[in-house]
Amino acid sequence: MKAKTVDKIATSVIVVLALFIVILLLGLLGFIMFRGIGHINWHFLTSAPQLLKGGGGIGPQLFNSVFLLVLTLIVTIPLGWGGGIYMAEYAKPGKITSFIRLVVEVLSSFPSIVIGLFGLLLLVNQFGLGFSLISGALALAIFNLPLMVRTTEQAFRAVPKEQKEAGLALGLSKWKIITSILLPVALPSLITGTILASGRIFGEAAALMFTAGMSSPPLDFTDWNPTSPRSPLNPFRPAETLAVHIWKVNSEGIGPDSKEVAAGASAVLVILVLAFNLSARWIGRVVFRRMTASK
Amino acid sequence: MNNKLKPRRPLKEKHYWEEWTGRIYTSICVVFLIVVMFSIVYFVASKGLSTFFQNGVSISEFLGGKTWNPTGEPAFYGALPFITGSFITTLLAALIASPLGLCAALFMTEIVPGKGKKILQPAIELLSGIPSVVYGFIGLSVIVPLLRSIFGGTGVGIAAGCLVLAVMILPTVTSIMADALSALPKGLRESSYALGATRWQTIYRVIIPTTLPALLTGVVLGMARAFGEALAVQMVIGNAPHVPTSLLESASTLTSVITLSMGNTTMGSVHNNALWSMALVLLVMTFVFVILVRLLERRNRV
Repeated sequence: MKAKTVDKIATSVIVVLALFIVILLLGLLGFIMFRGIGHINWHFLTSAPQLLKGGGGIGPQLFNSVFLLVLTLIVTIPLGWGGGIYMAEYAKPGKITSFIRLVVEVLSSFPSIVIGLFGLLLLVNQFGLGFSLISGALALAIFNLPLMVRTTEQAFRAVPKEQKEAGLALGLSKWKIITSILLPVALPSLITGTILASGRIFGEAAALMFTAGMSSPPLDFTDWNPTSPRSPLNPFRPAETLAVHIWKVNSEGIGPDSKEVAAGASAVLVILVLAFNLSARWIGRVVFRRMTASK
Repeated sequence: MNNKLKPRRPLKEKHYWEEWTGRIYTSICVVFLIVVMFSIVYFVASKGLSTFFQNGVSISEFLGGKTWNPTGEPAFYGALPFITGSFITTLLAALIASPLGLCAALFMTEIVPGKGKKILQPAIELLSGIPSVVYGFIGLSVIVPLLRSIFGGTGVGIAAGCLVLAVMILPTVTSIMADALSALPKGLRESSYALGATRWQTIYRVIIPTTLPALLTGVVLGMARAFGEALAVQMVIGNAPHVPTSLLESASTLTSVITLSMGNTTMGSVHNNALWSMALVLLVMTFVFVILVRLLERRNRV
C-alpha cells in the first residue's frame, strides 16, 4: 500500500475515534438529562425520601451535600493553600522537598475508598466522632488536600518573578510578600482550582459511605440550633449526601419509583457539577479582572 | 547586612515575627500532609496484617485461595476471585481506553491543532467532572441492558464493569497523553515532514516512539484510577464471589467487596480483618502504580 493511502486511513481512524468521544459525551449528558429532568420539580428537590412508597425527594441529601462541601472547604482551604505556599516559596530543591512531593503524589493516588476506611477507623471509631458530617468533612479534606496543594503551588509559581523582586527591593519580609503581593495575583487561579475541587467533592461517594454515613435522621428545618440532634446545622449528626443516595437507591432501592429517583438525583448532581465547572471559569476571569488592571 | 544599615529595631522585630509566622504556618500544613499519609499506611497496614498475625489466616490462603466463605464452617478467606476481578477489569479498561485516548490526543495535537483542542478539551473536562456514581447509574441503565440483549444472561459482569471504567479513565489518559504530545519539541516533527514523511509515518515512527514513556504514564495513572474505583464498578459487576471464567459472568473486585461487606461485619472479627487486608492490597497497588509512574518519568527525562 502506498504511504499516502495509509496516511489517509490512519487519519480517518483517528478522527472517527476522536469524534466518537465527543458523541459519547453528548450521549451521556443527553441520557442523564433526558431520563432525569422530567422528575425534577420543587417537591422532588425539597421533600424527604420515601423508603417504601413512591413520591420521595432528595431535600435532606441536597442540603447535606452543600453543608458538607462548606465544612470541607473550611478545613481544606487554610491547609491546602498553606501547603502549596510552602512548596512554591519555602521549599528548597533537595531530598526533603522531593520527599514531600512523593507524599503528595502518593496521597493523591490513594483510592477514595481507602481514605474512607481510614476515616472509619480513626475518625469514626478512634476519635469517637461517629458517622457524622464532621467525620465526612475531614475524610473529604484528606481526599482533596493533595490536589489543593498542587494547584496552589502552580498558581504561586505562575506569578511573574518581577512582582516578587519588587517586594524584595522594598525590603519586605517574605511572608509580607506572599500575603500582599503574590496572593492577590495568584487568587484567581486559586479560586478556580478550589471551585473545581468542590465539584469533585460534591460527587464523591466512596469516601463518605464509611464516614458521613448512609442515612439521614429526620431533619427539622425550623430548628437552626447547631447543638440539637435534629437540627440540619448540627455537625455531629450522620448525613447521607446526594452521591451516596444515588448509590444506595441504585443498589438497594426497594421503592416502586427508585429508578426515577436515581435518574432525577443523577441529573441534579450532574447539573450542579457542571455549574461548578462553568462558574469556576467565570469567577476566575472576573476576579482576575478585579485584581489586575487588565481588561 | 540590612540590620547594620538600619538600626530601627521595631521594624526588624516585626519582620522577624512575620517571617516566622509564615514559615511555621506553611510548615505545619506540610507536616500535616506527611502525618496523614503515614497514619493511613500505618492504620490500614496494622488492621490488614492482623488477619495474618492474629487470626492465623495464612498469606498464601488469602492471596491464592479461590473460596471466599467467611461465614461458613470452616471459614475460607481466599481473596483470589476479587484480586483477579480487580486486575482483569483494570487491564481491560486500560486496553479500551488507551487507544481511544491516544487517538483523541493525536487529534488535538497533530491532526487539527487549535480547532480540535477547542472541541475535545471541554468534552474531556466534562467527562472527568461526571461523578462516579452517575457513571454507575448509566452503566446500570444502559450498558447492562445492552449487554443483556446482545449476549443474553444477566448483563452484569466483567464486561459491563470494564466498559464503565474505560469511560471513567478516558479523561485521565487523554489529558496526560495530550500534554506529552504537545511538549514534544517542534523540530522533530518538522524534520520528519521535511524528509517527505507522511503525517502517519511521522506519528508512528517519530512522535509515538519519542513520547512513549510519557504516553505510558497516562495509561498507568488511568489504571491506578480504575483499580481504586469502587462504587461504579460495584453497581454493574454483579458481585459474585468466584473466579470469573467468562467476561459476561458476574464477578467481584476488591473494592466492590469492601463496599458491600464492610458495614455488615463487626470490627475486629476475622471477616472484618480480611476486608482490611483487601484494603491493604489496594494500598500496596497504589504504591506499585506510583513507582511505575516514577520509573516512566525517569525514562522520559533521558
